[in-house]
Amino acid sequence: MSEQTLANATVEILGEKFSRGEVSSLEATEACLAREGSTHHFGAYLHVCAERARKDAQLSDARRAAGNAIGPLDGVPVAVKDLLLDQGLPTTCGSKILKNFVATYDATVVSRLKAAGAVLLGKLNLDEFAMGSSNEHSAYGKACNPWDPERVPGGSSGGSAVAVAAGSAFATLGTDTGGSIRQPAAMTGVVGIKPTYGRVSRFGAVAYASSLDQVGPMGKTVRDVAWMLQAIAGHDPHDATSSSRDVPDFTQLLERGVQGLKIGVPKEYFVDGIDPEIQAAIKVALALLEKNGATVREISLPHTEHGIAAYYLIATAEASSNLARYDGVRYGVRAGGAQGLMDMYLKTRSEGFGFEVKKRIMLGTYVLSAGYYDAYYLKAQKARALIKRDFDEALRDVDVIVAPVTPTPAFKHGENLSDPMAMYLADIFTVCLNLAGLPGLSLPCGFTGSGLPIGMQIIGKPFDEATILQVARAYERETPWHTRRAVS
Amino acid sequence: MAADTHVSFEEVRRIARLARLELSPQESASMARDLGEILAYIQRLDAIDTSHVQAVTHGVDPEPMRRVDVVHPSPGTEQGLQNAPDRLGDGFGVPKIIE
Repeated sequence: MSEQTLANATVEILGEKFSRGEVSSLEATEACLAREGSTHHFGAYLHVCAERARKDAQLSDARRAAGNAIGPLDGVPVAVKDLLLDQGLPTTCGSKILKNFVATYDATVVSRLKAAGAVLLGKLNLDEFAMGSSNEHSAYGKACNPWDPERVPGGSSGGSAVAVAAGSAFATLGTDTGGSIRQPAAMTGVVGIKPTYGRVSRFGAVAYASSLDQVGPMGKTVRDVAWMLQAIAGHDPHDATSSSRDVPDFTQLLERGVQGLKIGVPKEYFVDGIDPEIQAAIKVALALLEKNGATVREISLPHTEHGIAAYYLIATAEASSNLARYDGVRYGVRAGGAQGLMDMYLKTRSEGFGFEVKKRIMLGTYVLSAGYYDAYYLKAQKARALIKRDFDEALRDVDVIVAPVTPTPAFKHGENLSDPMAMYLADIFTVCLNLAGLPGLSLPCGFTGSGLPIGMQIIGKPFDEATILQVARAYERETPWHTRRAVS
Repeated sequence: MAADTHVSFEEVRRIARLARLELSPQESASMARDLGEILAYIQRLDAIDTSHVQAVTHGVDPEPMRRVDVVHPSPGTEQGLQNAPDRLGDGFGVPKIIE
């Protein structure tokens, strides 16, 4: 198998080749590194640790040769978003303020991937501190959509999506605060899942909005993503918000089909302004699920239209508090030439943060400030309760909800930069899940006439990722979309 | 909720100070415009009646966590100071605090 073909394989195929002795982990690692080199202009990676990866790959090959392979991820080259700590490697969060920061310990998700035998290739591009929907707000350059480099890959986990779509990693981790896994997955034609809040540890994931942030995997297929989720899910004593619930064996439950399952389709997600090709693709997908035995019915999530407003109040309020830690004292870049401590804070933060981050800190500070707290922040927390209630009621009658991920396919670089609301509205179908804490997955369900991927979102009950993955797999095995590659 | 979503330069300066940010004149102008536009959009929340709604802080409530009261080793001084922009002995060096 040539390096080029190998880089386009799935984790499943790679695992088969490992066990037949046809490919080594070192060869798979070299294939990803070579693909990173030939697609470097896509801007997926901020840091590649080739030497460590080669050593880890050789260790994996030695384990396998000795009959001690750990599991489906052993020897598989993967990469993580550059806000997840990987000891000894830089963690910039796409920000100048952490330009020189080196992680002194592993995020729990990173240590679990290492324990599963995965080969970590490096750190992936993102919007600064995960604040953005296009990966254009990275201090280290934008990332490009492999299907059309003039277009954005989505964000904020843009690099994580691009690496999978371009074949420079077999699977990746991103984080999702308002859609940052699902939206780029949809725009680049890969599979991505935001697990239930609490399903995956946030220890060592640099915080943006702590009540919304969740780490999750991206990959070429549903099964690949299920394996990644299996490796990272479960209680972590280092994260008090991580759940102690048992984690089911996701891949065991994958092939159950959709016979007898009830699917809800929220009417509020099919309104004017959505790209007609996206609407049409979702409807065709629903018909296919119905043909395979699912029941499809319309449901209502009446407070959907308030999701963006509530989200930007809550997320920015939490961000203004979380990002107060970047003060130039304990880590990160400290600005020079300051006169006294206050001046040092002001200069460090003003030089270190980009405009979008400053804007969100400002908005969060504003809505939490005296006289505005009740009117804005408390109002948003109440709207959040209503959005959550909508989902609770709908999910009493259906097993999963199916909806679009994005109102448009990938847009061009610069297209939404001058209009903050246009950019924020790109998250309209994804933010409500984060507010409600629910799991959601995006998988490819077609392409536009101009060849851009379309994503379908499957939303489930709290801690029921297994049913989401099951529905996604039932769709995937009947359709060809997941076999298409952006780079040949 | 305030009916007027216009954000003045004075307001931008006040918030920037609270947020420990120093904005250039150009940034201040963009900030006033963008914040005004976002706050105007956020006004739509006024349309929902939340008088009988209990606010929530999480979508899925974190479980109450307990742990055994056992002392574990903390990261050492060297690890803690590894990323320090300025080190003074076993501590972080900072500019003079008391003028």
